[in-house]
Amino acid sequence: MPTASPRPAALVRRVVFVDGVRTPFGRARKDGLYAHTRADDLSVKTVRELLRRHPELPPERIDEVAIAATTQQGDQGLTLGRTVGVLAGLPRSVPGYAIDRMCAGAMTAVTSTAAAIGFGAQDVALAGGVEHMGHHPMGFDADPNPRFLSERLVANDALNMGVTAENLHDKFPALTRERADAYGVASQDKYAAALAAGKIDPDLVPVALRDPENGWGLATADEPPRPGTTVEAIQKLPTPFRAGGRVTAGTAAPLTDGAASCLLAAEETAAELGLPTRMRLVSFAYAGVEPEIMGIGPVPATVKALDRAGLSIEDIGLFEINEAFAVQVLSFLDAFGIADDDPRVNQYGGAIAVGHPLASSGVRLMTQLARQFEENPDVRFGLTTMCVGLGQGGTVIWENPHHADYEPFEGKTK
Amino acid sequence: MSDMSTETPRAERVSHAIARDVTLPGGAGTLVLVTIDNGLDHTKPTTLGPLGMAELTETLTALQARAAAGEIVAVAVTGKPYYLAAGADLTQIGSVPGREGALQLGQNGHRAYELLHTMGVPTFAFVNGVALGGGLELALNCDYRTVASDVRALALPETGLGLVPGWGGAYIVPRLVGVEKALDVILTRPAANKPFAAVEATTIGLMDVVLDPADFLEESIRWAARVVTGEVVVPRRELDSAEVWDGVVAAARQRLDAVIHRSRPAPYRALDLVAAARTASRAEAFAAEDEALADLIMSDEMRASVYAFGLVSGGKKPVGAPDRSLAQPVTRVGIVGAGLMAAQIAMLFAQRLGVPVVMRDLDQERVDKGLAAVRSSVDRLTSTGRMSESAASRLIGSIHGTTDLAEFAACDLVIEAVTEILDLKKKVFAELETVISPTTILATNTSALSVTAMAADLQHPERVVGLHFFNPVAAMPLVEVVQAEKTSLEALATGFAVAAKLRKTAVLVADRPGFVVNRLLVLLLGVIVDAVEKGTPVEVADRALRPLGLPMPPFELFDLVGPAVGLHVLTSLREELGDRFPRSPGLEKLVAEGTTVVLPAKAKGLPKPVDPAIQAAFTETTGTPLDEAGVLDSVLTALTVEVGHMLAEGVVATPQQIDLCMILGAGWGFHLGGLTPYLDRTGYSERVLGRRILPDGVANVPA
Repeated sequence: MPTASPRPAALVRRVVFVDGVRTPFGRARKDGLYAHTRADDLSVKTVRELLRRHPELPPERIDEVAIAATTQQGDQGLTLGRTVGVLAGLPRSVPGYAIDRMCAGAMTAVTSTAAAIGFGAQDVALAGGVEHMGHHPMGFDADPNPRFLSERLVANDALNMGVTAENLHDKFPALTRERADAYGVASQDKYAAALAAGKIDPDLVPVALRDPENGWGLATADEPPRPGTTVEAIQKLPTPFRAGGRVTAGTAAPLTDGAASCLLAAEETAAELGLPTRMRLVSFAYAGVEPEIMGIGPVPATVKALDRAGLSIEDIGLFEINEAFAVQVLSFLDAFGIADDDPRVNQYGGAIAVGHPLASSGVRLMTQLARQFEENPDVRFGLTTMCVGLGQGGTVIWENPHHADYEPFEGKTK
Repeated sequence: MSDMSTETPRAERVSHAIARDVTLPGGAGTLVLVTIDNGLDHTKPTTLGPLGMAELTETLTALQARAAAGEIVAVAVTGKPYYLAAGADLTQIGSVPGREGALQLGQNGHRAYELLHTMGVPTFAFVNGVALGGGLELALNCDYRTVASDVRALALPETGLGLVPGWGGAYIVPRLVGVEKALDVILTRPAANKPFAAVEATTIGLMDVVLDPADFLEESIRWAARVVTGEVVVPRRELDSAEVWDGVVAAARQRLDAVIHRSRPAPYRALDLVAAARTASRAEAFAAEDEALADLIMSDEMRASVYAFGLVSGGKKPVGAPDRSLAQPVTRVGIVGAGLMAAQIAMLFAQRLGVPVVMRDLDQERVDKGLAAVRSSVDRLTSTGRMSESAASRLIGSIHGTTDLAEFAACDLVIEAVTEILDLKKKVFAELETVISPTTILATNTSALSVTAMAADLQHPERVVGLHFFNPVAAMPLVEVVQAEKTSLEALATGFAVAAKLRKTAVLVADRPGFVVNRLLVLLLGVIVDAVEKGTPVEVADRALRPLGLPMPPFELFDLVGPAVGLHVLTSLREELGDRFPRSPGLEKLVAEGTTVVLPAKAKGLPKPVDPAIQAAFTETTGTPLDEAGVLDSVLTALTVEVGHMLAEGVVATPQQIDLCMILGAGWGFHLGGLTPYLDRTGYSERVLGRRILPDGVANVPA
């Protein structure tokens, strides 16, 4: 057990998570919440909300805007980081870029900008992601290289995420449909409890929406969750990815529209500007796995991130695991010997309930972890992790600044 | 009330009032957001007609019941993207058959809007876009108003359209912004066609808070919640004192008398409403608005205004223009001459077309003078912040001066703007043909010479088209596009395409002397001086046209055109068209002596009266002096005769084109409908031509 905050290598500055917000999530359907709302506009609302919540941050001090999207065309095209910055009214002097690592897009936006902050190239960055899966169905218009198949680099159904989830069930027979169903129901229950306890709303920015028939309205709550879901109700659901399979709509994240963004800063800059420190970045890692079982990606990524941090899994007091599929979360828990209903895991429920707008989910995990840190000052470290299509995982480990042993930044270390 | 879209009579584009519940932040309760939306895209502005107003009444009545039941804490109205509402549906107003219907139109609007005042919970307008006339009054009837900072069209243009702001505007505006600013909103701005932008409207108190467009609705809702909870209190000004009120109204009345001379009723009716609004009860004031609206809707001035509005709106699609695809691309423009007009044209082309412009004159001194004129205009724009430094340097850099004819070689379009002498212009064109390519279009800015004659001796006469601009070129919205005998469709199409890119309204005219505007204006001036030649005092002649409410009295027009130019055109029109364009030795003397014909205006914006001293130039008086009515009669008779000739000659395809030209090229009023509606309604066309010019009811209250 480490007794002090793991110290960064020489010349690396400490990076903190200042704040994060997201839009309410909507179902990616023709009659969904955001059917008539642009993806880039969703992202703009999150950026403006962050600026509004932090008047102490002079916008011109933002050194980078990194916004992720899996499908970077149409209303998610044209270099989102830049377009969103301009549309949100940031000074023209603030640069920006678009970034993609499918489901880990926003996570990668965070780690890339955090790396630049740590290196000393930037002081403050905006990182986030957006995915309007209603406007951009997964894989739509993609043109996979025929070599994937001809050279058997990747199985022909490895791009279908549901199929990879079925593959995980095959690979780990202990991961039964019953466990998955129970996990899926628990996710809905935990989300409903968190919502009732007022833990969801503070991270949301309302979004005005208009459709030609119903006029203008305001999105203030997540649309995907199905409160009151029972095991009985979902155990009869069909298995769309394989006849006689195990993965159902009850154990998979729904197709979702939404955006999330966060502010990162060098710890010393946060101190200079009076920005809050809600989490401190400890380490991060990405790892590749076989595309056919992409859901296992968080396991090697977490091992790497723990190694780099000099921590072990026992040091982690809170987990925010993206729930692409229940089976993928369970494979992670089994790998680290954690119980299916361990209270440290996804306290507010997860993507199975709230939805998974691909490239924006990484920041949702972090924003929720930050809130849980505040509620649990006894927890020193937490992690956010997610699997990525085509066989990857990403993990970011964070330190809780509310913990007694946290050593806040003092003085100048530049 | 008023608005933006009139075309041929059509069914009402019904604007729906769609209500949707919104949860206010911070547990403040439920706000109902009402979206006014006609279900069409931004090219079809939201307007308010009888069916839409009925639907709004129904929606708001239901909400009033919910408010009474304690279900909701606020009601807000907003619009589809880019519009709150562009006002009452003018086509509907312009076809109301009787006074009873006209009265109802006002009452129905009040009935709907009053619900926003008596809702029982606070009401808000979230002004997300254009709010004109009845659209702005929709917002004004609410308790509170937010506005997006990018909104540029907030106005009550009614008095410019023969109406009054009669859905509460005349009563509410002076209470919100004070009586002085209210008269700016209701009278001055419509006359100048200058709407308010968001910030300015908020500064004077028409709006309460300006919010960023990026999350305008979200922040409006948040602001509304803070008003509902009492966290935000919006201060309202106190009613102006009776002294201030009456003083401001009296001054405004004097000014109206000095400028429009009771030529149209609407501004006076609006002023009367504002005058009474201080002490009138809300109900009395609204009833007075209804009566005023009913009277005005049944007035020929209002009907002519709706007709004029329709002409101007439709003018963007020119009648008789050849297919756009025939137009040649214009990538480089040549201007022959570097005089005042040439420099203005060069600047306009460089600015709007964004192409290099070559300005050529005979010697370097004139070229330098032309370039200096461009530079000083640009400096004026940059020093007042109307043009950025980089736009200015691009503009200056794109206008090149030369004395070398050969520099026109690469131009696709060359316009001549040299002195109005036919032989000179012919020589210019002949020289040009030696350097330009066979497809280069040649245009002339002649105001009265024959374009056909100008092109006659060229190898390619089909390439010549007339593009007649008006002075000042940047400000005047009209271009007369002249089709000469041999003008090709390509040349004509290019002329129209260029005019459109210059953001001018183009009217196709035949190659007849003076085309439309100069032929009629110079005729008018000719008849005026002719009256003076007959012994009529110059002051009488100068005052005689007041009942028309023209933009300026005749001698001020003379002064603006320049007496020498006026005389030159008058002479040339007489040579071409005959003695209807009178000879005036007095005018010739004034020109020869370089006399200024007017005195300075008493104040900015007031007309310049004729200098009585010029009477002395008219020494050889023959005939009988006329009184004001006599002068007016002779002018109107002459105009009617001329319009008859012009239509017979086919100068333009329809009388509507004459009216469009007079509105945009001479600034003649909407209340006249340009010209022909006035000639019809005063009986001149029947008397002089034996027939109406426009069918009954097109631009007047039908018999």
